[in-house]
Amino acid sequence: MTPKERMALPPQEMPQQDPAVRAHNMNEVALGYTAEMAKAEASRCLQCPTKPCMQGCPVAINIPGFLAKAAAGDFAGALRVIKETSLLPAVCGRVCPQEKQCQKFCTMGKLLKDVEKSVAIGRVERFCADLARETGAEEPVACAPKTGRKVAVIGSGPASITCAADCAKAGHAVTLFEAFHKCGGVLVYGIPEFRLPKAIVQHEIEGLEKLGVTIDTNYVVGRTRKLKDLLEKDGFDAVFVGTGAGLPKFMGIEGENLNGVFSANEYLTRANLMKAYREGQADTPFWHGKKVAVLGGGNVAMDASRMALRLGAEKVYLVYRRSEAEMPARREEVHHAKEEGVEFHLLENAKRILGDGHGAVAGLECLKYELGAPDASGRRSPVAIPGSEFTLDVDTVVVAVGNASNPLIPATTEGLEVNRRGNIVVNPETNMTRRLRGRRHRARRGDGHPRDGRGPARGRRHQRLPHQR
Amino acid sequence: MNRIISKKQLSDNVFRMDVEAPLVARERQPGQFVILMVDDRLGERIPLTIADADPARGTVTLIFQTVGATTLKLAQLNVGDALPALLGPLGRPTSIRGRNGERPGRVVCVGGGIGVAPMHPIAQALKAAGNDVTIIMGARNKGLFVMEEEMRAIAGENLVLMTDDGSSGRKGLVTDPLKELCERHAVDEVIAIGPPIMMKFCALATKPFGVKTTVSLNTIMIDGTGMCGGCRVSVGGETKFVCVDGPEFDGHQVDWDLMLTRMAAFKPQEFAAKDHVCNLLKVEKWNGGKVGR
Repeated sequence: MTPKERMALPPQEMPQQDPAVRAHNMNEVALGYTAEMAKAEASRCLQCPTKPCMQGCPVAINIPGFLAKAAAGDFAGALRVIKETSLLPAVCGRVCPQEKQCQKFCTMGKLLKDVEKSVAIGRVERFCADLARETGAEEPVACAPKTGRKVAVIGSGPASITCAADCAKAGHAVTLFEAFHKCGGVLVYGIPEFRLPKAIVQHEIEGLEKLGVTIDTNYVVGRTRKLKDLLEKDGFDAVFVGTGAGLPKFMGIEGENLNGVFSANEYLTRANLMKAYREGQADTPFWHGKKVAVLGGGNVAMDASRMALRLGAEKVYLVYRRSEAEMPARREEVHHAKEEGVEFHLLENAKRILGDGHGAVAGLECLKYELGAPDASGRRSPVAIPGSEFTLDVDTVVVAVGNASNPLIPATTEGLEVNRRGNIVVNPETNMTRRLRGRRHRARRGDGHPRDGRGPARGRRHQRLPHQR
Repeated sequence: MNRIISKKQLSDNVFRMDVEAPLVARERQPGQFVILMVDDRLGERIPLTIADADPARGTVTLIFQTVGATTLKLAQLNVGDALPALLGPLGRPTSIRGRNGERPGRVVCVGGGIGVAPMHPIAQALKAAGNDVTIIMGARNKGLFVMEEEMRAIAGENLVLMTDDGSSGRKGLVTDPLKELCERHAVDEVIAIGPPIMMKFCALATKPFGVKTTVSLNTIMIDGTGMCGGCRVSVGGETKFVCVDGPEFDGHQVDWDLMLTRMAAFKPQEFAAKDHVCNLLKVEKWNGGKVGR
């Protein structure tokens, strides 16, 4: 096929559940390509010799390589290429913001002057992974001979899963420590079933077990055992800190401690991990708001607002202080949220939460905003318009304005340096901490945001972890 | 898995269990707690305080009251059964007066109801650090006291029992002897653990005397590691997470009314869930079976 012919191929739409139906069920929204669709989409790849898409991929998948195989119908071969550098294609194909990563640099998208017309790399990736999993055709992974080294991996989110698998493949004895009763980190407590089925996460965890990784749930490093004890008493040669961004930020506005105000982490954890969506069956109670305001414009805000709809909210407002162009959420999630009936309140921000006099939420006072000069993040900064206050009639407010680093490990590990924002200080080249006082051991950090593939990428940098002391 | 090694019913709705948890037994310090599940599929995560631990045997002692669905189900378990999840020890340990170069002094420990259970390791440590320890225990009636012997072993003569009905010790509230002690002696610190309303009034009672008053809060929690913020309270005008910043705070700084309101956030659902379990128990009593779904 000539490039011109490839350009003429229509982009393959993702089949999805009808918005009116899916807004009331927990099943996955995006249904996935058929083999024909995957082949057709992969055929759109121009096979650029410079492979610009790869520079957008945090784990540097050989994208044209796997697309060429998929275009030829060799999906097993395509998956083999993906798995050379990526461990979690079924997850990343679903949750990476491809329009900001690989697909942002895609020549096809540039030629058609629309990033949404780039080759749908993530969707093809997902198809290859799903096909192998569903048909039991996954190829066994070989591990290098045992090195006799022990690695502790703290946390079980995407970064930790990747690090644990890489270390196990390199022949190290790996133990993964998870505080919750179930593994997967944000993949199980945060991202809802309708976006990432939990059976897929479970499958990845089982994959780790097959590689010989020991999994200790209900084990919070820092409390159940100190990080230093792992190194000094339990014989671990290295520790990977993959505890992520697990401390919810609040707005610091009046009324934030009223009943009916939740961090998105709490709201989603109740619904997802604790299965509160199975009403009458799950013991963990859920706050069934009728009118819900979600504050924020990221993936978590989309997840929370779409979850609210599914759990019976009649009105869901998404309040974001910039415009849609600045939203950090994946494009697809924004589209899906709108289709399902989430009302977007852009260029507006919460000023205070009003109480009903009995400790519960009765409304949200907002201010209107306009966009000013670009700020440090390069995005145009929102500026409040004085006197523009108005009130949204809501009984629930979900705060989804981001997370800071969880302080538990730094607070319980003497000699571990943190910066002003509470992040562990590491050498940017190696991601290693300074030597812990008086010891030859070091720890490693992997706190990339888990939803954009940087988590796995951070996990990936630690492949040769125990040899690098 | 955390096997139940022993179980004892202390009163109508209070139980004591020793549960296998070797790592928690080894690491736990006074003031810390655990989060457990009775069913890791659809169950909830609840925080319970640690009443005692035996590192050699690898067990922790839990004392709990059947107040909701999960504690009702927990009370149905027997020796040999296992809990699918137990996480801990959580929270910052109590800062024990007399340790770390600080001078020991006169400390009054106030335990209300099963609040005596978490007080036990704290009082033990205070005593071991050379403090003069007075313990005030309060309950509605005689039958509801827990760990009376253990507390007497620590405080000896300085154990004051208070009941609402006078069936044991003095009739009245724990705040009565607390005020008297503050009037009579130079009390260096008061630690109060029990129902929030009791802690609130203990803090109010000591305030005029300017006595440092530490309380241990038992808010709603899910993860217990700072991830969800469900346990947040306001202390001195600042929002704090009980699970990682606490559970112990300066009782004079806690916004008690806010805490009480927040603890009632899910009351209707909690009552419904409890009713559901109670009904299941009734049905299954006839069937001779266990609780299940």
